[in-house]
Amino acid sequence: MRELSLNVMDVAQNSVRAQASLVRIDVSESDREDNLTIAISDNGCGMTDEQVQQVIDPFFTTRTTRKVGLGVPLFKLSAEQTGGSFDIKSKVGEGTVTTASYVKSSVDMTPLGDINDTVKILIQCNPDIDFVFTHSTDLGSFALDTRELREVLEGVSLDTPDVLAWIAQFLEENTQNIYGGAEN
Amino acid sequence: MKSLAELQAIRDRAKAQLDLRRENPNAARVLVGMATCGIAAGARPVLNAFTEEIAKRGLTKDVTVTQTGCIGICQYEPVVEIEIPGEEKVTYVKVAPEMVPRIVSDHLVHHQVVSEYTIGAIK
Ligand SMILES: Nc1ncnc2c1ncn2[C@@H]1O[C@H](COP(=O)(O)OP(=O)(O)O)[C@@H](O)[C@H]1O
Ligand code: FES
Ligand SMILES: [Mg+2]
Repeated sequence: MRELSLNVMDVAQNSVRAQASLVRIDVSESDREDNLTIAISDNGCGMTDEQVQQVIDPFFTTRTTRKVGLGVPLFKLSAEQTGGSFDIKSKVGEGTVTTASYVKSSVDMTPLGDINDTVKILIQCNPDIDFVFTHSTDLGSFALDTRELREVLEGVSLDTPDVLAWIAQFLEENTQNIYGGAEN
Repeated sequence: MKSLAELQAIRDRAKAQLDLRRENPNAARVLVGMATCGIAAGARPVLNAFTEEIAKRGLTKDVTVTQTGCIGICQYEPVVEIEIPGEEKVTYVKVAPEMVPRIVSDHLVHHQVVSEYTIGAIK
């Protein structure tokens, strides 16, 4: 993928398909620590250890009972090629946490890209699911929690165009703040 | 900074306009294929182009834009399906943002399928 934000969109859709009612996307960046970490967590159906193993390394297994997905392996590769790490923790009936950690300065680092667009599209396409998005840098952090927005909206749907425009601007303004006012 | 007060104002306006778009059973649907291959092939800007064009033409109450999973034709991604109630589903292939205004105008507004962008024209 050209941008990590596209991997995030792909992997977050696994959470949607796993019937999650709440999906968290946490992005933390630190130039000081030369690290970028993305965690995607959900309260969906979860996976057994064996399933996790197959999903992480679909070509390792000889079983051909399911078609091979590439979303998770591509996400894993994007992290490991920087010298970073990748991990999935999952429990059937409880949910899944997928974490990718990157060495930011690596020549093989993929740019984060437009993560705000990913968040906006996930909300637009799944207005009945709740999303929590947090983004932090050395300069600060912010959060968007659709459960809080829902309280204000009193039944007006999150995918109402004006609401989506508000969300997009909220994300943009706050991102500028944590990038020190400059464009990323 | 965006404030919750602004969001309240948006809410009040939406309520006043009875924005019941999501319950509109006659709404057309634009489904953008967003499996791994679709995303990699550029589905996200296509979805955004549909959203913008539909807003620009004031069609947000009549058309919903959403994502769908694997359509099973990777080599033709980005793929977009258009469903208008009472009409046959149409599959557009190798869709680029530049093609979107014409699909919206011809197909969604005037019910004329843009045949040269469909899967039939390419196969
Ligand atoms: N968060 C999750 N919760 C439950 N199952 C998951 C999750 N993430 C991945 N999976 C399982 O792993 C499979 C492979 O995921 P992925 O590599 O993204 O490919 P694909 O989505 O195309 O199947 C999914 O089809 C699903 O069965
Ligand atoms: S994986 Fe490409 S269309 Fe399904
Ligand atoms: Mg996937």
